[in-house]
Amino acid sequence: MVSKIKERELAVKFTWFNLMPWPHLPENFREEHRSVWVDIPNKLYDPVEGHKVYNTYLGQLEYAEELGFDGIGVNEHHSNGYGMMPSPNIMAAALSRRTSKAALVVLGNSIALYNPPIRVAEEFAMLDVISGGRLVAGFPVGTSMDTNYVYGTIPAETRPRYAEAHELIKRAWAEEEPFAFNGKYNKMRYVNCWPKPIQKDPPIFIPGGGSLETYDFCLENDYNYSYLSFSGYLRAKQLMDGYWERVEKSGRDMSPYRAGFAQTIIVADSDEDAEKYYREHIDYFYNRCLHVYPGFADAPGYRTIKTLKAGVTTQMTRQAVGNVTEMSWDQLIRDGYIIAGSPASVLEQMKKLIHSLRVGNIFCLLHVGNMTDEKTRRSSKLFAEEVMPHLRNEWPEYAEDNRFWTDPLPQISDRQAVPAVGGA
Amino acid sequence: MESSVIKTARGADIRLYSGGTGPALVYLHGVTGLMTDDPFLAALSERFTIYAPVLPGYEDSTGQDDVDDVLEFALHGHDVIDALALPVKPILAGHCLGGMIAAEMAAIAPNEFNQLILIGALGLWDDNLPVPDLFATLPFELPALMFNDAQLGQQLLSSGMDFNDPEFLTDYLVGNANRMGMAGKLLFPIPERGLARRLYRIKARTALIWGESDKLVTPAYAEKFQALVTSAEVHKIPGGHMVHYESTAAAVDVMVGFVGG
Repeated sequence: MVSKIKERELAVKFTWFNLMPWPHLPENFREEHRSVWVDIPNKLYDPVEGHKVYNTYLGQLEYAEELGFDGIGVNEHHSNGYGMMPSPNIMAAALSRRTSKAALVVLGNSIALYNPPIRVAEEFAMLDVISGGRLVAGFPVGTSMDTNYVYGTIPAETRPRYAEAHELIKRAWAEEEPFAFNGKYNKMRYVNCWPKPIQKDPPIFIPGGGSLETYDFCLENDYNYSYLSFSGYLRAKQLMDGYWERVEKSGRDMSPYRAGFAQTIIVADSDEDAEKYYREHIDYFYNRCLHVYPGFADAPGYRTIKTLKAGVTTQMTRQAVGNVTEMSWDQLIRDGYIIAGSPASVLEQMKKLIHSLRVGNIFCLLHVGNMTDEKTRRSSKLFAEEVMPHLRNEWPEYAEDNRFWTDPLPQISDRQAVPAVGGA
Repeated sequence: MESSVIKTARGADIRLYSGGTGPALVYLHGVTGLMTDDPFLAALSERFTIYAPVLPGYEDSTGQDDVDDVLEFALHGHDVIDALALPVKPILAGHCLGGMIAAEMAAIAPNEFNQLILIGALGLWDDNLPVPDLFATLPFELPALMFNDAQLGQQLLSSGMDFNDPEFLTDYLVGNANRMGMAGKLLFPIPERGLARRLYRIKARTALIWGESDKLVTPAYAEKFQALVTSAEVHKIPGGHMVHYESTAAAVDVMVGFVGG
């Protein structure tokens, strides 16, 4: 097992990611509701069905470890019909006991929203300790929908609160004695993080959407910068080029492990089968799940003036994402929205993605919209067995770079991962 | 109307529009800011000597990083009045966001003002009368929310705006982020920062001017203010939230009558 972990460490990292969408949005959702996010009425949610959905999704994440994915990924959204994880830490905790090898990629906790943010230091430490050092800690600023509209953070305070929370969490992990923290938003007489994480410096991933300040923040701290977009790798090129330009200017090394990208991927036995069996789920996701009211996309004051002047705006409106449902399957692939087809076709597209964006971390969106469990597992299995092994060694010159990944205990301790009930 | 820049003791450079004849009146603008050649100020200046400072983040006024919470907004207002170095206590007037700030200023320093005029002021909250979410309102929806006469609103708020011009759009987004980012410190997500607990302190005679069809801060809020301020009279006149632009003459008449009476 030690050698297996070693092997994982020295290669392109694949994280199996599930956004956890509600799969039962009605067909006329777009016509009847103005937004999938913020004010989507929860009468559309059925908790009994939700029981099945959560357990199916968690089962898929556990299955991804069996398939050999390096990480299994969860994230945080609020009042969101395509992201049902208001607390990603609960999901990661559930997974920590059912898995023993994969990194728990929590991407992440919107640290400005936790009051006080020491809560994140504590919960992430708990996850790291329970899992034997398998935590990848994501610190997103949080979208305007989640942070401002749903959780009520004053837009102009979002970034100062984030910066203060980051400082507090890092110090809480580093210091070995209680200390006082006199922040603007957090006044604490006794900061005293029990437990503390196994990994001395848990790898920190920052999901970004093009804010220039975020590039510099990642570089200053040697954090991974991950671009989570739904419009695919070709449209991400300009943004990632901007990031790499910034890396080069800063004089730091150009390790591809500094960066990550999320991509919708579908693998089937043939190109034809991919379209035949999966098109409906792509349409469900782009048509119903990404239906966000533009008035919620960017609260004034959320983005910095510097970023606005650079012409960066939200990625979440239809105008930004593009009208995917009217695109042909060929166009979706040609424009890179999705990577789809036979294993050979997907392999070719994945190589383009990895090299054009210069990324060492891929967040594989292999479950899309209302995809059934069976189809999700089938596509994931084909990817893991017939695509992933051929992509491991794309960055041989950086094979020694393990700064941006987990450093788990060599032996995952006295306990066995509890097998999933009725597991595959 | 004369345009100048004054410096506060805190160091902010504040754009100031001033002019007119009559008693000194400080006017604090609302969330949308002042208009070019502001028609309300022009009418008001025929009866008052106007001082209309522009809030940090609006136009070219600076100092927004030094003004974060309700106390700092109120103190900033006092800093501006100090910088004006007026020989007499001015009448203090404010609309919308400016009304909220004016009320806070008069509550914090009740001996500084003898007369207070609040026009469609924000600052109170009733769960049964929720103030619509300005921050989720798209630019093209704003005129209908702010004005009773949406066409007039469109003309006054959106003249010369071309959202298809990318350069205009970037400038607009930057300006809007500055303005609404600042306003959000008091108004987001709910425009209430505890004013109801402080209104009892106001000693100034107070006029509450409301648009009969104000859709942002409904006219029922006038009575809520009245119930909490020791000496307040309510005047409802035709118009929406921007009532002083829709019934300018009537608004000025009410102000003149109130001050004279």
